[in-house]
Amino acid sequence: MVASDIDRGHGALNDKKKRYSAFALARNAASYHQDWQRAWRKASPKASYDAVIIGGGGHGLATAYYLASVHGMKNIAVIEKGWIGGGNTGRNTTIIRSNYLWDESASIYEHALKLWEGLAQDLNFNIMFSQRGVLTIAHSDHELKEMSRRVHAIRLNGIDSDVMSPAEIKKFVPCINIDQSIRYPVMGGFVQQRGGTARHDAVAWGYARAADDMGVDIIQNCEVTGLRRKGRKIIGIDTNMGFIKTNKVGCVVAGHSSVMADMAGIHLPLASRPLQALVSEPIKPILDTVIMSNAVHMYISQSDKGEMVLGAGVDKYNSYAQRGSFPVPEHMIAAAVELFPFMSRLRMLRHWGGIVDTCPDASPILSKTDIDGLYFNCGWGTGGFKATPGSGHVFADLIANDRPNKIAAPYALSRFETGFLIDEHGAAGVAH
Amino acid sequence: MLQLPCPYCGPRDELEFSCGGEAHISRPLANNKISDAAFGEYLFLRDNPKGVFLERWRHASGCRRWFNVARDTVSHDILEVYAMGSKPRRTAGKKAYNNSWRRTTAAEAAAVNK
Repeated sequence: MVASDIDRGHGALNDKKKRYSAFALARNAASYHQDWQRAWRKASPKASYDAVIIGGGGHGLATAYYLASVHGMKNIAVIEKGWIGGGNTGRNTTIIRSNYLWDESASIYEHALKLWEGLAQDLNFNIMFSQRGVLTIAHSDHELKEMSRRVHAIRLNGIDSDVMSPAEIKKFVPCINIDQSIRYPVMGGFVQQRGGTARHDAVAWGYARAADDMGVDIIQNCEVTGLRRKGRKIIGIDTNMGFIKTNKVGCVVAGHSSVMADMAGIHLPLASRPLQALVSEPIKPILDTVIMSNAVHMYISQSDKGEMVLGAGVDKYNSYAQRGSFPVPEHMIAAAVELFPFMSRLRMLRHWGGIVDTCPDASPILSKTDIDGLYFNCGWGTGGFKATPGSGHVFADLIANDRPNKIAAPYALSRFETGFLIDEHGAAGVAH
Repeated sequence: MLQLPCPYCGPRDELEFSCGGEAHISRPLANNKISDAAFGEYLFLRDNPKGVFLERWRHASGCRRWFNVARDTVSHDILEVYAMGSKPRRTAGKKAYNNSWRRTTAAEAAAVNK
């Protein structure tokens, strides 16, 4: 189901020799897989670019890809302090859905979901996109009623969403505990069948490879140390690899957005918080969907490797340390064990944190700033991964045309002046 | 895991506290005279430094009293704990207080207690 009204981009990987395919696999098998081409070049910065994207995560790389493939801007660079996809792109729990309450959110998240559907073909890269469904559980009558209301709002926006009874949930997820005697019993839920998961690293790599093929320079280990301005105009950026001249700078740096804004002398309504996740040891397939719960507060899925992947809400204090406090994982494990008693015998394999940029209304910022040529894409908070293609697509349009399109317009910084907030604190499926 | 020194009860586990976010934001009492942008600044914009941050904490499961903390957001070091209504006294906290962009906003200027 690929929507035809979206310009999905073109021009990447037209050379058949560069494309991944069964034939390429066979051809490379003959040379013992020693001759695979690099997925992207090791680029060093040129003196000047038409646009520079700061931040080589999924959103930044997607922005660069759509700038090149939809808007024909190929003399551009992506600057990344560490390695691409090493921040929140490689740290999230890979959940994709578009079942948000407000029209503005439905518009951008559904835009993203339509791009996810077919993204592997667009990028010629297996992103392991799996529409296994996302089920959000209600644990009280009130929550169930609120959910039904939400389902109707979502359906009015043409997005699939269905209420499920406990019996239907048990059929959909046989390993769940629907016993009504537990502290937070399963009273029902709602499901978006088109939701699911994708391989997060592959999304970064796929976008990077396709963007690189069109001439985009992906420059890793390059840290921005300053933004240079002439009056109210951006004229370039200072980096640890020297000065780079450019008239357009897109900042897509998640948890470090406030640091970049500081360099520009502007202020953002963001708080940088640790968001933690963990995986269990790998087990045989048992959970073939994504489960979210607001009241007991966690979300869980099973990766293709077999690990149970768990996440929850942010820590309660600001941090840039990429680690969180122990009570959060303890809480999410307790919630998981109550819903899935078999999990009490699993051991934790890995546990990590990433720094997310939370916004007062739990909605992102896609905006021009008071400085000509400086654009911000931030504030995705705890739910940025699902929006990756849509965010990049819309932000590329904003940078190329220097005006927000219909999808981006409500996400301008000016909403914190006018009061037209897009309050999605309840739509995350888990509380923020 | 943080251990916060409650000025009234002594060092306690993070679990006993709730974090109240940025400290030293004054409500612009002359809010009918300041612009929407300035009021939006007071309402929504928050200092979010990578380094020393001045924030409010409450000993929610203890004495339930509020206090201010100067904390490093990278190392999580707690540099100073000081009473509500007072300003940081040590160098790092003082510097963070004076260098914050909030000290120069229109909303702060419109606050009566300045």
